[in-house]
Amino acid sequence: MSESDVTRQGLRGTRPGHQAVTGEAAGRAPRHARRGGRRKGRRGGEQPPVEPARFSSYYGRPVLNKPVWEARDIAGYLFLGGLAGGSSLLAAGAHATGRPALARPAKAAALGAVSLSTAALVHDLGRPERFAHMLRVFKPTSPMSMGSWLLAGYGPLAGLAAVTGLTGRFRRTGAAATAGAAVLAPAVTTYTAVLLADTAVPSWHQAYRELPLAFAGSGAAAAGGLGMLAGPVAQAGPARRLAAFGAALELGAMEAMKRRMGLVAEPLERGRAGRLLRASKALTASGAALGATAGRRSRAAAAVAGTALLLGSAAGRFGVFHAGVASAEDPRYTVLPQRERLRRRTAHPSPDTP
Amino acid sequence: MTDTAPSQAPGGAPPRMGFFTDTSVCIGCKACEVACKEWNAIPAGDAGLTGMSYDNTKGLGASAWRHVAFVEQRKPLGGQEPGVDVFDAAGRLGGPAADGLPPVSPDGRTELRWLMSSDVCKHCTEAGCLDVCPTGSLFRTEFGTVVVQEDICNGCGYCVPACPYGVIDQRPDDGRAWKCTLCYDRLGEGMEPACAKACPTESIQFGPLDELRERAAARVARLHAAGIPDARLYGESPDNGVGGDGAFFLLLDEPEVYGLPPDPVVPTRDLPAMWRHAGAAALALAAGAAACFLGRRP
Repeated sequence: MSESDVTRQGLRGTRPGHQAVTGEAAGRAPRHARRGGRRKGRRGGEQPPVEPARFSSYYGRPVLNKPVWEARDIAGYLFLGGLAGGSSLLAAGAHATGRPALARPAKAAALGAVSLSTAALVHDLGRPERFAHMLRVFKPTSPMSMGSWLLAGYGPLAGLAAVTGLTGRFRRTGAAATAGAAVLAPAVTTYTAVLLADTAVPSWHQAYRELPLAFAGSGAAAAGGLGMLAGPVAQAGPARRLAAFGAALELGAMEAMKRRMGLVAEPLERGRAGRLLRASKALTASGAALGATAGRRSRAAAAVAGTALLLGSAAGRFGVFHAGVASAEDPRYTVLPQRERLRRRTAHPSPDTP
Repeated sequence: MTDTAPSQAPGGAPPRMGFFTDTSVCIGCKACEVACKEWNAIPAGDAGLTGMSYDNTKGLGASAWRHVAFVEQRKPLGGQEPGVDVFDAAGRLGGPAADGLPPVSPDGRTELRWLMSSDVCKHCTEAGCLDVCPTGSLFRTEFGTVVVQEDICNGCGYCVPACPYGVIDQRPDDGRAWKCTLCYDRLGEGMEPACAKACPTESIQFGPLDELRERAAARVARLHAAGIPDARLYGESPDNGVGGDGAFFLLLDEPEVYGLPPDPVVPTRDLPAMWRHAGAAALALAAGAAACFLGRRP
């Protein structure tokens, strides 16, 4: 940079088309680029791209820092936590109504799932050896702190329920642990929705009303599926009903959520997240339907339905996870809703905004 | 959600300290970035060139606690005399021998401005990162700033998506979360933060927040009077979505042009409603599961 770029022949080193694009044009640039590059992965269900709204950005760079969580660990934890919670509910019901062949695998699944999810959570820490710092404070403003305490209470109860159930010893302790785990289980299943929603990530935060219902449904569907897969057909009636209830709740809540979210619902329908969520919908619906029909007579059909429900639940969690990351990576999902909020506030100033 | 120290707490507590970054006098020298890295011993990070502008830092992160944004616009700077061809004027400087430079752009476009702005952690009154930190590693100091205790942080990464400004981030090789401390160690010794100390144009001003707000209001009024209507303050209002920023800015364009969110809101504002929705969903799940066991027994 010791000499000037301006020469008697004009500007030296100019490269047409290489100038930095800023202002309103910058926000549109990455969308055009992506539209071309995505053709390969397009599926029939996708919406045709609409003319993108104009907005300014800093060279199209994201406003937010995207989540640093590993999908395998955290989306995997969302699925396993839901499976554990749903299974504990199924186990307690089966235990109380005299269905031991359904209660035993459900208790084992709850213990297995909560153990794996704890391992996933510790593995995802930047400093795993400091996992015990999670219990340094009790902090209601932090869903992760609340979740850590919840798991610290739920995990041992689920463990006790499973071990006593499998060995057949300490029956009264086992019954109390089974009931205790079932009391905490609904919170274990739904708090993860708050964990995601209490962030600035557009497609997670805006989902906060319906996401707990969707996660509750997903956990119930997964646990119902597991009950069908592992329990005998004769005792698995409640598992089939739980699966049907969970599937209806999840699919209904997701539809309502997407309709209300507006622009930031887009990442739930596009790319990897869109593919995962479409697969989840198909697997969950067909699994619940198959379970409620052929699954009532045939062990094989019940196993197929159960597997589909488990896969559908997992795909749904990974889909929601990836949609959030995608929404944080694109400045339009941060800037446009905030601009709209500002516009509305200027048009209708009210004391209780936003 | 968080309690913050009032700016003039009784009992000898120091007033709330902050930054006022006046981008109208920033020259993009990046001395703040360098001083910050030097003082806080921040690793070099990604040394690649972006190719998009003179900005190769790209944004705030675990190893970039000050970031100088660089924007080039085809727009005159307010107060600039329009219609002056600087190259024509420069060509006439050399006397009769200089027969004039050819026009730089064939369409005669000469009005162009550079916007430079040194971004930093906003040290929010309602800080999302602090609210969601599950270990208590993030805390509020006696100066009203928000700081990570690196001996406590276990790298859970929750603060990263909780920041509505995209400031704090996790350092991959280290695993912990890092961000601007407003030079907490220097403040304790009565010194100003390294970036403010190094700034050659006083674009970065450090001081008690009340005083900075007054100074900023006067500065923006002066710029408006000088014919720069685009000048606006960003983040100074205690009524904004984070209850007021401890580090606020004077900008010459919309915030998003600099990569800043136009109307950020701390995510925990909605947390009570979120817990209510999750509680209702938990009850619905419990009731639904119980209903599945009604009816005939095997």
